[in-house]
Amino acid sequence: MAFKTVRRRIVKNMGSDANIARAKIMLVDDDQDFLEVYWEILKGIPIAPEVHTASTGARALALLESEPFNLLIVDLNMPKMDGLQVIAIARRKYPRLRIVVWTAIADEQFRARAYGMGVDQYWQKPGSDDDRKHFIESIETLLQHEAQGGFRGVQSKSLVDLIQLECLSQNSTLLRISNGTLNGKIWIESGEVVDAETSDLKGEAAFRAILGWKAGNFELLPGVDGRERTIFSSYHALLLEVAQALDEAGGGVTPLTPIDPDAPTSPLMALTRFSGVQWVLSVGAAPKFNVQSWGLETPDQVSDWATESLKSFAELGDKLQAGPLQQITAMSASNHVAFADSIKGELCVGFRSTLKSDEVRESMRNILAKWLS
Amino acid sequence: MAVLKKFFSKGNRMRLTKLPSGAFALDRDGHVIVSTLPGSFPEAQMREIGQRVLEFFRGAQTAQVPMQELNVYYPSLKLTARNLRGGAIIFLAPQSLPKN
Repeated sequence: MAFKTVRRRIVKNMGSDANIARAKIMLVDDDQDFLEVYWEILKGIPIAPEVHTASTGARALALLESEPFNLLIVDLNMPKMDGLQVIAIARRKYPRLRIVVWTAIADEQFRARAYGMGVDQYWQKPGSDDDRKHFIESIETLLQHEAQGGFRGVQSKSLVDLIQLECLSQNSTLLRISNGTLNGKIWIESGEVVDAETSDLKGEAAFRAILGWKAGNFELLPGVDGRERTIFSSYHALLLEVAQALDEAGGGVTPLTPIDPDAPTSPLMALTRFSGVQWVLSVGAAPKFNVQSWGLETPDQVSDWATESLKSFAELGDKLQAGPLQQITAMSASNHVAFADSIKGELCVGFRSTLKSDEVRESMRNILAKWLS
Repeated sequence: MAVLKKFFSKGNRMRLTKLPSGAFALDRDGHVIVSTLPGSFPEAQMREIGQRVLEFFRGAQTAQVPMQELNVYYPSLKLTARNLRGGAIIFLAPQSLPKN
């Protein structure tokens, strides 16, 4: 029952000036005029970051290699190595690096591609004083979030602990929880749970569903005043009810034993409860590449095909700079399949042919979320 | 000079390649038969995409789960392909960000 979060509740005046001053920015643009102007502007912002400049992508990557940076601000349209190439490499090598795109290109496609590759912000090059002010403010905020590390760390807590803490402190907060592709929200107002919501449930039903998730990420956001109350039970009663339900379902314990595909309660078999699923196959992550399957006659051949296909299309995504591969689905008159890669390994699912293409995709997203949780 | 510099600055030179939008068909040997993709999109890259798609369909056949249609999802591109008796027709559609 571990949930990880990046806690965004920041207590003012707690980041020491020394920490903030260490913030380092790498500014990349082949236009020397822009570099000079923004080097000057960024150096002048109140938290006084250290600003380095590079006029080519290759030079920027070399500098990133030589010392740690907090923020990379990169243009897209550059000769030889363009901004998307720089982002692709930087994102892979430095996953914690904040990346901001600033470009003169006003094209929705490049914006989508940049966000798809994991940038934090996408800006069109400031054309007016107001634009420039907003750009600088956003950079400053981004760096402050980086610097105020004492109140922006990673925690591992159960949801029950979290809700108890928030309620006991009489807080008003919005707790946003994600579990793979599933998202939920719980509103707490002055120490009472007032509302909850998932994609298809509301109120107490949503609260119970969210508390049933075994792992995921949460974010504590400022409370919203005047949220319409749909939950009237006390938080004690709600948590007690959920704890009893989890105990009865045996869901309170995360199994630590290896997955046995033949056991009726195996996690792999649990995935076949999703509508339309005919078979499931998983290939464990490196270095073991354990193949496990349920309901499949030729698991070795299918796992080879799935592994090759996921590798091949992931490479293609890199080459086209279309972002990381999300999912592969394939259809035939007799059955459908879907493949996805994850930190846990590869997951392949066979579906009945009665499902439509969109249904297969959606179902696979939910199955993957369940598998990962 | 400043005016001229402004005119010929990089704002007028597009170096980035846009994601292709359109369709192309391949025969069973991977030769491109027909294409509606922009002429600027390199044919070698078209052949490479085609090769990967054909390998996918052949792999399906080998794994005894023959497939007729393939969808590959990236955050900013969707690739759809149909098996045409050993060859394939491939559709490439750049994706935009969902509107809030």
